[in-house]
Amino acid sequence: MTMAGTFLDSTELVLNMGPQHPSTHGVLRVILKLDGERVLGTECVIGYLHRGVEKIAENRTYAMFAPYVDRMDYVAAVSNGLGYCLAVEKLLNAEATPRAQAVRVILTELNRIGSHLLWLGTHALDIGAITPLFYCMREREYTLNIFEKYCGARLTTHAFRIGGLQYETYDGFEKDVLEFCDMFLPKVDEYEELLTGNRIWIERLTNVGILNAADCKDYGVTGPMLRAAGVKWDIRKALPYSGYEKYDFEIPTRENGDTYDRYIVRMQEMRQSVRILRQAVADIPAGPIMAKVPKVIKPPVGEAYVSIEAPKGELGYYIVSDGSTQPWRVRVRPPSFVNLQALDKMARGALVADVVAIIGTTDIVLGEVDR
Amino acid sequence: MPDDPKPEGAPEPESAPPSEPATPEPKPAEAAKPAAPAPEAKPPAAPAPPKPAAAAAAKPAPAAAAKPPVPKAPAVMAVTPWESDLTKALAEEFGAAISEFSSYVGQSFLVVKADSAIPVIESLKFNHGFDYLVDVTAVHYPERPEPLDVIYILYSFSRNERIRVKIRIKDGDRPRTVTKVHTTADWLEREVYDMFGIEFEGHPNMKRILLPDEWSTFPLRKENSILNMDQRWVQENLGIESGQ
Repeated sequence: MTMAGTFLDSTELVLNMGPQHPSTHGVLRVILKLDGERVLGTECVIGYLHRGVEKIAENRTYAMFAPYVDRMDYVAAVSNGLGYCLAVEKLLNAEATPRAQAVRVILTELNRIGSHLLWLGTHALDIGAITPLFYCMREREYTLNIFEKYCGARLTTHAFRIGGLQYETYDGFEKDVLEFCDMFLPKVDEYEELLTGNRIWIERLTNVGILNAADCKDYGVTGPMLRAAGVKWDIRKALPYSGYEKYDFEIPTRENGDTYDRYIVRMQEMRQSVRILRQAVADIPAGPIMAKVPKVIKPPVGEAYVSIEAPKGELGYYIVSDGSTQPWRVRVRPPSFVNLQALDKMARGALVADVVAIIGTTDIVLGEVDR
Repeated sequence: MPDDPKPEGAPEPESAPPSEPATPEPKPAEAAKPAAPAPEAKPPAAPAPPKPAAAAAAKPAPAAAAKPPVPKAPAVMAVTPWESDLTKALAEEFGAAISEFSSYVGQSFLVVKADSAIPVIESLKFNHGFDYLVDVTAVHYPERPEPLDVIYILYSFSRNERIRVKIRIKDGDRPRTVTKVHTTADWLEREVYDMFGIEFEGHPNMKRILLPDEWSTFPLRKENSILNMDQRWVQENLGIESGQ
């Protein structure tokens, strides 16, 4: 919607929120059209972090571009890398070795937990609960330490390579992951004790920012937001990749599609991730960590779209190869960008304070929105 | 990183036009091919040279972008025909408007005449259950008579199937918007406009989304190299003299 002419109407107020605003989780600017405290409409202004990632991809070789994808959703860099590697492997008609797949699953699920923890901490902070942030950061540190021990980096990990992994797991990797699992589940209980039944938390979140299943599909919204609206859909189950079909886990769903349900879904997803982690760690197949892929990656002429279930929703890579060492076109289908589009739908009729809660449970990372 | 020691890629834009995938018939690109490799000094078919020092010296930047002389695998995408109940139903409904049903690495797509794209996507949504528009994007092939591909990626929750619908358009063509069928196309089409300059007819808010409104170029078009962006805007608004 456009904001033109809104100043002429004396009952409406146009309020600018961001780009420097703590609750927008980065540099999101939202123009709010208000009637008192009620939101009549919103308009997002994005692009402050645009780095032209897709153009850069056309000027790099396939392997050289891999580290760039970590800089999009920097909270879930491992997921980004997995999606990109899978897409290139699809073009090469190659598949990672079983051992590499299992390690990929472990790291990706750890990253999902880390991403959800960062979301939970900052979201609670937005709502006014300061304590969970410190707890979440404390536990997230464990996941980051495992990444650091594995590949030397904590955030922009570049953990995977096209065809498998660069590094073998370190001694004690399984033990670290299992220790994390044992430690982590009671902590989730702790968060839930603080928040789930908390009266203020419930009042602030229930029936705020409702997005039902039909709207979710219409707006292309995926991930926990879609599942909170009652659609039992997870790409790990629907179109399994990297061996996810081997693991036994559930897709948590809720009915209402409000911010409270999205909170519950993410909490349960962390528990399910622990479940996957335990199964994966118990059975990491022996064998090589790299499949036989050429040293110079030169996929035949063709195109492929591969998507994964990133912590925020469907993360897809559409890659067109012209047969040379550099991709002809790389398109990233970012979940944050598409999910953010539904903000206007969710925020209409809400209060200004609710907009903060709605942006929070949309779980956007502006690095991925703007690319 | 052990898997790719090639030092190429950084400085040069895509000077040599690569052949275009997704072209069903053998294209004039084939004819241009023999000429392209001529300036090449050494075949990059040897990824083996382990010492990058020698390789880098022998391999100047332009060579990297040129086509290798080794006879390549097919220069067009090696597609296989795609046949299913869905393709039969669509072929019956739209006839000649759908020019191709193909599949590549197990992923199916159909090529549609530009003015039939919206009816096809509508029919896919309401008659065949493809109710989720995953993505709208475009690809630029400057060598082709119809240089732009617009690609709609669709998914059906009920069939658990993903397909792509493609249209081919000329520069300046204005394909109709799909926002009336799938609301999510609003921002996606704006991004396509932002990056490729394709304006969608009937879109409610056809303006740039990621780049500033005053930006003058469409960066993902191939004639714009990575270094050749809107320098004037950068100079004026960011105060960077070089414009980079």
